[in-house]
Amino acid sequence: MLRIKRVPTVVSNYQKEEGGEATRPVGGCGRNCLKSCCIQEAKLPLYAFKRLQKAKGKDLALQECGEPPVAFLDSLILGEWEERMQRGLFRYDVTACETKVIPGEYGFIAQLNEGRHLKKRPTEFRVDKVLQPFDQNKFNFTKVGQEELLFQFESSDDGEVQFFPNAPIDVDNSPSLVAINVSPIEYGHVLLIPRIFECLPQRIDHESFLLALHMAAEAGNPYFRLGYNSLGAFATINHLHFQAYYLAAPFPIEKAPTKKIAKSNAGVKISELLKYPVRGLVFEGGDTLEDLANIVSDACICLQNNNIPYNVLIADCGKQVFLLPQCYAEKQALGEVDAELLDTQVNPAVWEISGHMVLKRKKDYEEASEANAWRLLAEVSLSEARFEEVNALIFEAIASFELEVKAETSEEEVNAAKSKARPAKAMVAGTQECLVLQ
Amino acid sequence: MESSSSTSSSSTRRTTSTEITSTSLMAIQNSFDSVYSRYAREALDELPGNFTITDPSIPGHPIIFASQGFLKMTGYDRDEVVGRGGAMFQGDRTSRRSLMEVREAVRNDRSCQVSLLNYRKDGTPFWMLFHVSPVFGRDGGRVVHFVAVQVPLEGRRLRRRRSIGCRRGSGDDGGSGDYVLGCCRKEVCNDNSLEVELVSSMDHGLDHDTKELDSDKPCEATDDEKRSVMVAMDNIFSVLTHYSESTGRLVCRKRCSIPDMGLLSTSLIISLGRIKQSFVLTNPHLPDMPIVYASDAFLNLTGYARDEVLGRNCRFLGGPDTDDSTLYLIRESIKNEQPCTVRILNYRKDRSSFWNLLHISPVRDASGKVAYYVGVQIEDECKNEDRQGLSPEKRQLSVVGVVKVAVRSLSMHAGSSKS
Repeated sequence: MLRIKRVPTVVSNYQKEEGGEATRPVGGCGRNCLKSCCIQEAKLPLYAFKRLQKAKGKDLALQECGEPPVAFLDSLILGEWEERMQRGLFRYDVTACETKVIPGEYGFIAQLNEGRHLKKRPTEFRVDKVLQPFDQNKFNFTKVGQEELLFQFESSDDGEVQFFPNAPIDVDNSPSLVAINVSPIEYGHVLLIPRIFECLPQRIDHESFLLALHMAAEAGNPYFRLGYNSLGAFATINHLHFQAYYLAAPFPIEKAPTKKIAKSNAGVKISELLKYPVRGLVFEGGDTLEDLANIVSDACICLQNNNIPYNVLIADCGKQVFLLPQCYAEKQALGEVDAELLDTQVNPAVWEISGHMVLKRKKDYEEASEANAWRLLAEVSLSEARFEEVNALIFEAIASFELEVKAETSEEEVNAAKSKARPAKAMVAGTQECLVLQ
Repeated sequence: MESSSSTSSSSTRRTTSTEITSTSLMAIQNSFDSVYSRYAREALDELPGNFTITDPSIPGHPIIFASQGFLKMTGYDRDEVVGRGGAMFQGDRTSRRSLMEVREAVRNDRSCQVSLLNYRKDGTPFWMLFHVSPVFGRDGGRVVHFVAVQVPLEGRRLRRRRSIGCRRGSGDDGGSGDYVLGCCRKEVCNDNSLEVELVSSMDHGLDHDTKELDSDKPCEATDDEKRSVMVAMDNIFSVLTHYSESTGRLVCRKRCSIPDMGLLSTSLIISLGRIKQSFVLTNPHLPDMPIVYASDAFLNLTGYARDEVLGRNCRFLGGPDTDDSTLYLIRESIKNEQPCTVRILNYRKDRSSFWNLLHISPVRDASGKVAYYVGVQIEDECKNEDRQGLSPEKRQLSVVGVVKVAVRSLSMHAGSSKS
C-alpha cells in the first residue's frame, strides 16, 4: 500500500484535525448544520440553469432572449462570496496574498500563500487507490455549516434560467450545492458538490461532470474555471466535489500548443498537449455540452477504473477540458521525487498543473522561475511510453462508447428530438442515417 | 475586435442591435466625433480595406466605426455592427487560443496579429489576417481606441477541404458542394454531408485523419497579405492623426508620454465598465484621496459629468445636513483598512438630497497592498426589494468582488516586463 504524508487543506471550518477538535465549536445543535435537526428550516438561494444549451458561442446568440434574473458569476457567486468574506468565514484574506506572473514564455502564475497550511499537522493519505468507498466517519460536506453554503445549483424545468433568493433545501430532491472553500487560493474559490446528500465518493460520473460543465458555461467567463482532482492526484476529501475560482489571467496550460489527434462523431475534437511539461489530452467542442461531457466522463471513468490518478481542468466557459493523468504522488510514495522539490511542499493538483503555483515559502516565491515550475511539473507527468499506453486505454473506452450509444439509444434520441426545438433536426437526420448504416 | 472578457462578450451577444439604447449610441458617436470630428468618417470611408475602430472605455468594448469594406466582407449593415463587440463575428471554429492572444494584447495596450476564422452574417466562415493596434492619446498617453484591420485570406484552405469532401464523399456532386458549409455549421448540413462524417466514424469510431476538417488549424498569411495589413494601418493612422488635430485631442500610434500615476490602465477601465451599478474608485496614495473612476450609474445618480468628479475627493457629495459622525466613521474605517457600511445624506449636483446606503471597502492589488477604495452607492428610497433577484446588499457586495478581482489580476504583471 502506498501512502504519502501531507498537510491536508482545510476547506471547511468544520473540518477536524484527525482525532482533534473542529476549528469551530460544534455541538448540541442550533449551529445551522445540514442534518435533519436544522435542514428543515434552512433557506438557500437556488439558481436553475437552462439545460438545452449549445456548447458553442455562435449558436448561443440565437437562443438567448432576455436578461437572466441574476448574473451568475458577477452577482451571485461574487456577491455571496464577498458577503462570507466580510463575515470573516475565511481563514485569511486571499487578496492580501502576493501574486505575480513569472516572466517567461508561458506566464506561470505564482502566489505566496503562507496562511493556507498553518496549524495543520501532516496526515497520511493512501495514494494507490483512485476509487475508495465513501466513509461517513471522515470529514465530508454534509458536515459543514449552512453559512458556508452559497446556493443550490440545478437544471431548470421550464428551459429558462430561474433564481429563487430563498428556497428551501429539499433533501429528497438531491440538491447540488456550491460552498466556499475557507482556504481559498484565489478570489471566489468555491466547491461544487453534486447531489451532496447522496454522499458520493470522489469519482466522476456523467451527470456530475455535465453539471460542472454547466457551471462553467453559466459563469460565461473564461477566467472562471473548474477543476477536479482524483484520489491519488491530490484530492484530500473523498466526497465528490469540483473546485472553481476566478483568476483573470490565462493559464499556461491554456496557452500551450496542441496537436489534433481525433474527432468524435459528435464533433468533439481531441488533441494532445504539446510543449507543456505535463502530458495530457484536450477535449473541445461538440454539438452540445452533453457531447463534450459524455466523452470526457468516459475518459475519466476509464482512468479511474484502471486506477490511474488524474486531474481535470474545465476552461473556456465549459468548451474546453484538459485531462491530465499523473504519477507524482506515486513517485513521492516510492521515494523517487527529489528532496528539493518535496521541500517546497507544493502539491501538484489541478491548479498547479495548469500553471498556477501556490507557494508556501517566501524563498520559493522570490526565486520562482519558469524553469522551476517546469521542473516540478515534469515530475508530475507520465512518461511518454506510459502516456501512450494510457491513451490507448482511453481511446478504446471512448470509441466503443460512440458505437454503443448510437446503437442503443438512437430511438430514444429520435423521440426526444421530436419534442425539441428546430436545432435538433440535423441530429435526428444523423441518428437515422446511423441506424441505416447499422 | 475581441472584447476584454467573456462576460462582456456574452452580454454583448445577448444584446441585439435593436436593444442598444439611444444613450449608448450617443456615447458611441461621441467617442468618435470628439476625437476625430465627424468629417473623419468620410475620409475613412474613402480608404480601401476592411477595418473597425473600437472604444475600450465604453462597456463591452464596442465597435464605433466599421469601414465599407468590412461591412461588405461580413455582410452586415453598419447599424448592425456599430455598438457591438467583436464576439458577434466569432463562432464554433474560431481558435480560442488566438482569441486569448488578442484579449491579452488588448489588456496590455499592445498590438497583435493573428490569423482568425470569423463568420459572416449568413453563417459562412472565412479566414482572415487580423491586426489590432492601440491608438494612444498624445496627452496623458492613455489608449483612446483600438484599430483592427482584417485582410481576408482568400479561400485557400476552404477550397482544399472542398476537394477532400469530394474524395471522401459518396461521389455525389450535389452533396459535396454543401460539404464546406456542413463541416462548419451543423444546421446547414444536408444528409449527404452527415453521411460522410458517419461513414468515417463508423470505420474506426473516431476519425484519425488529421488533415480533414482543419478549419481550426491556422491559415498562414503570405508576406503580401502581411504587407497589405501594414499599408492599411498606415493609411488609417494618417487619417486619424490628421483629424485629431482639428479637435485638439491629438492621437498617435506610439505611446508619446508616460500615463499619469492617477490614470487607470485600459484593461482595468474595460473590466470596471462592465459593472452596471453606481460606484467610484478612489486612490488613497494620491493627495486628498481623489476619485479615479466613476461608473455611469454614479453619474446618473448624482447628476455630475465624469470630468466634474474625477480628481476630486468624495466629500463634495456631502452638504449642510450630512452627519459628521458618519463621516468620522468612514474616515476611521479607511484608516484601519476595514470595510464599512453607512447610511449617509448626500447631495446631487442640483443640490437635491438623497439617503445613500454606502458601502466602502479596501481593494488590494497583486502585491497584497491596498491600492484603492471602492465606494458603492444605493439610493435608499430606490431600495425596492426585487424578490426575484439578489438583495441590494448582496448586489452591492458583488460590485466589491468584481472590482477586487479586476484590480488584483490586472496588476499581476506589474514589475515584470509585459511580454
